[in-house]
Amino acid sequence: MNYWQLPRIRRNAFAIWQRNVLVWKRLIGPAMVLNFGEPALYLLGLGYGLGNFIGEMDNMTYIAFLASGIVASSAMTTASFEGMYSVFTRMVPQRTYEAIMATPTDIDDILAGEMLWCATKAVISGTAILIVALLLGVVHGWQALLVIPVVFLIGLCFAGPAIMMSSLASNYDFFNYYFVLVITPMFIVSGVFYPVTTLPELMQSFVQFLPLPHAVALTRPLITGQPVVQPLLHIAVLSIYAIVSYYIAVVMVRKKLLV
Amino acid sequence: MNTHSPIISARQLQKHYGDYIAVDGIDFDISPGKCFGFLGPNGAGKTTTLRMILGLTPLSGGQLSVFDLPIPERSRDIRARIGTVPQADNLDPDFTLVENLRMYARYFGLKLNDELEKRIEKLLVFAALSERRDAKTDTLSGGMQRRLTIARALINDPDMVILDEPTTGLDPQARHVIWSRLNELRDEGKTLLLTTHYMEEAERLCDELVIMDHGKILDQGSPAELIKRHVEPEVIELRSCDTDTINTIRHKISDCRVEHLGTSLYCYTHDAGPQLEYLRNEQGLTFMHRPAGLEDVFLKLTGRELRD
Repeated sequence: MNYWQLPRIRRNAFAIWQRNVLVWKRLIGPAMVLNFGEPALYLLGLGYGLGNFIGEMDNMTYIAFLASGIVASSAMTTASFEGMYSVFTRMVPQRTYEAIMATPTDIDDILAGEMLWCATKAVISGTAILIVALLLGVVHGWQALLVIPVVFLIGLCFAGPAIMMSSLASNYDFFNYYFVLVITPMFIVSGVFYPVTTLPELMQSFVQFLPLPHAVALTRPLITGQPVVQPLLHIAVLSIYAIVSYYIAVVMVRKKLLV
Repeated sequence: MNTHSPIISARQLQKHYGDYIAVDGIDFDISPGKCFGFLGPNGAGKTTTLRMILGLTPLSGGQLSVFDLPIPERSRDIRARIGTVPQADNLDPDFTLVENLRMYARYFGLKLNDELEKRIEKLLVFAALSERRDAKTDTLSGGMQRRLTIARALINDPDMVILDEPTTGLDPQARHVIWSRLNELRDEGKTLLLTTHYMEEAERLCDELVIMDHGKILDQGSPAELIKRHVEPEVIELRSCDTDTINTIRHKISDCRVEHLGTSLYCYTHDAGPQLEYLRNEQGLTFMHRPAGLEDVFLKLTGRELRD
């Protein structure tokens, strides 16, 4: 068995996705409260409250600036949560993967299905924020709908690293490291709350290697009706993160479970 | 496939974890339509062997083929024809019984249609769980969960069912129900492959078995052959709480092979007549005269020290 063998994704991946959809439908009430309630509070509180003092940022109202950034960051946190807490639950304590691996559905399919699901959840939360933003009057035009496939890609991009963390974790507390050391700092420096251009120059070059600034660079102009600058570059960065992290996650989970 | 050719064939199968040797170069052939058992103490290498057959544990050496297909290259195709009952139940706690079976069918790539729904109902009847079909799995007793796991293992109509300690932790009634279901499956022509450390289970179910310890196969045959080969046909089992009594008796009994385990003495002989005569005149002893069984073979081959 070569752990580094390139993964092959088959139709079985959809069975994993389907499983998670079925479970999610059960808990749709609390899920929706989280998806709509949290961004609505954030946007109203920060957007109007803080926005009163800030006025305009990057030639738009602060609430529009914030809403168009939070769509991206919430896709990140949603996919990361799902890829860590839920995937870990199925991989370790609940032993769902053990049961599935006794069938022709293998690790390549399971993780592809999980990533699809993480991205689907990112879309659900992204769409919720988009609706809240629309009600607050900050969405400009139909091109904002293109945010949905972008959010799907953002979900894939953050699902892979999260699943890698799941394969390293021995308990849930382990995920604090990743959240505090990776996700939260990225959330702060990636242009969600203020433009990346206000960062020190050295920092500006560094954040270009992170995925979240590229995600924001797509969602903000799409929602606020501005031209998207270098769309292919941003899509490429997010796609590379998604593909490479999927491959590494597959190798890591193989090493963990196929022993 | 030729009916006489083995359904599983292992040659010099090995598994090492660093310096620890879990499976140490074993050979075996398993014939189709039979119940084949791996009997051994904890840590003997039974579960590792099963995992290798499923392609879930990479081999350290040797060859392994299942349904004439090589491991690991064809593991996926092999798993499509196998049903698995793991040592600890891993039913999906987010789903009801029916949903568990339905989703498991999806992992096998089966389509959700009327035919599948009919099979699910049949499997629920087989597992005597039809009335609980819409309950969550965590409301089931241990025996019910086991039955559902067995039903789940049959969702793909497998040629072979692999069971890792199928009745460990179950009460006697639940165990008998499982045994009768497994017998039904074998009568239907399915090959059964099971590991156990219960002698009674091995004796009741297995047509052929291997006794494993420390990663090696110690012997192989039908339960009757193994008993004949390794132990005298009659056993007297003596019990006493008092070690002195046991020690005294041990030295007084002659013309038989004596083994000592905890507070029991086992005397193996071809004719128990003289010893029984002597023991009837002793006070404060409980003793039992019985034919030799697989447990005696097992204890003789694997020794009597405690395993963890």
